Amino acid sequence: MSIAPVNAIDLANVRSQTAQLSIRQVAKVFPGKKDLFSKLTGKTRRDFVAIQDINLDIEPNTFVSIIGPSGCGKSTLLNMIAGLSPITSGEILLNGAPIAGSGPDRGMVFQNYALMPWMTVEENLRFAVETVEPKISAKRRDRIIKEHIQLVGLTGAERKHPHELSGGMRQRVGIARALAINPQILLMDEPFGALDALTRAFLQEEVERIWEQQRKTVIMITHSIEEALLLSDRIVMMTRGPAARIDEILEVPFPRPRNRETIQQHPAYQGLKAEMESHLFRETRAVEAERVGG
Amino acid sequence: MAASHSTPGLIGAERQAPLWQNENVRAFALFMLSLGIFLLFWEIGAKSGWFVKGVPTATETIKEFWWWVTNPFYRNGPNDLGIGWNLLISLRRVAIGYIAASLVAVPLGILIGISPVAFKAFNPYVQLLKPISPLAWLPLGLYLLRDSEKTGIFIIFISSIWPTLINTTFGAANVNQDYLDVSKTLGASRLRTIWKVIIPAALPNIVSGLRISMGIAWLVIVAAEMLLGTGLGYFIWNEWNNLSIPNILVAIFIIGLTGLVLDSLFAALEKFVAFGRNS
Repeated sequence: MSIAPVNAIDLANVRSQTAQLSIRQVAKVFPGKKDLFSKLTGKTRRDFVAIQDINLDIEPNTFVSIIGPSGCGKSTLLNMIAGLSPITSGEILLNGAPIAGSGPDRGMVFQNYALMPWMTVEENLRFAVETVEPKISAKRRDRIIKEHIQLVGLTGAERKHPHELSGGMRQRVGIARALAINPQILLMDEPFGALDALTRAFLQEEVERIWEQQRKTVIMITHSIEEALLLSDRIVMMTRGPAARIDEILEVPFPRPRNRETIQQHPAYQGLKAEMESHLFRETRAVEAERVGG
Repeated sequence: MAASHSTPGLIGAERQAPLWQNENVRAFALFMLSLGIFLLFWEIGAKSGWFVKGVPTATETIKEFWWWVTNPFYRNGPNDLGIGWNLLISLRRVAIGYIAASLVAVPLGILIGISPVAFKAFNPYVQLLKPISPLAWLPLGLYLLRDSEKTGIFIIFISSIWPTLINTTFGAANVNQDYLDVSKTLGASRLRTIWKVIIPAALPNIVSGLRISMGIAWLVIVAAEMLLGTGLGYFIWNEWNNLSIPNILVAIFIIGLTGLVLDSLFAALEKFVAFGRNS
């Protein structure tokens, strides 16, 4: 998928010829209310610049985490990549072509799982597969569903409804559903945010195992430093909002396959962790200070 | 249970709780007790003339009730029909009016719910027409339709349409954004999203709307039938003209019982479509 784009792109501007996903000068402004009606009713509101000047190139088969203080627009950025939220300015290129809205080339894992409660595990996956490929043969469809349920270790729970599953199991279904449509990029919005600490640690290792099997490009939003270090090849650190930017991008050099114990022995681990901690503390302290002051 | 031997304290005590401590048993006992007191009060009161003249005793009423339920289907002309026939007549009217109302209200509610513009545009109609007493439509129905049977059905239709319409609209308008996002990221068409996501997501709201509508339809039919020809409402009116108070009480009890059964059916349906959701 590294064929260089030849049309529509200003070649001089292309920094990385191999990037699968390029984010160029992207900004998101939530428009305020300045029309006559709002003025008359006294309900005007100023434009809110959520993120600004975001430039990021993501190579194929890399696991990228985005970390930043809460409210910095991480999820907004991910939603723009997913095509759920329109881009105010700049562009996002997937394989050299600007993305136009959402599409099944990007699979999404939601923080609150977003499973359809009235569908069984199997039906949730079938809905995804059949939506993306309506004319799929029943045999191939069932094979894809079975493989992905197996991949996330849910064999035996196919006929269960989400409310019969634990949070960890629900998110496995969420991951299976996102992977079942065979997306080019997997987007994960704080996938373990709603889970308890033990389940979260367990699921992180599951994601590491699954990632080793498929090596899909992943963009994950997270709050957890350990999680980012365990899973990512690169960690994108964002500044606080409004007008949040990318502050720094860290390369994570740990060899794969990884697990929690071995990466902590790596000489670079403590340094990376300390750097991320100081960044997050600084930004979070500033956010809190602004809230108190404002 | 070997475990109960090793820990005889707590587990044993809980398992060997006497029957009368069970909540359901106690509730049933209280129910029977209060019913007994009520019937006794009624019986003694009616016999010793505490109430107005002509109030039947409890035993008379129960005997009368037993006669009506054991002879539900006989026909001696339009003013002397078995209570089973009258019940079926009322149920038939309710069924026709209610099903017609549901067939209009559910699709319309979904269409209004998925479009914020339609919601704002049609909400005034709904809010204006909803609080009108069903009986206010009666003269209009009689004038327009010139037929008492059709008027009864029309009144059921017009009064049972609103709860379903409002609940369906609410359900379709408030589908969890996550479900819609899933559908959108998968690139589902609008039609597929409506069919596979919005309607199932709104189903608990739709069913509870249908349940309220059913309750209203059953309330309204009795009142409407007093002014029409046949059915349970007319039965009550007729027995009032015969001054047969026991028969009126029997009919009231049967109306309540039928309403209870209908409501239970919808309660079961609500549970069936909930899938762990509360409403």
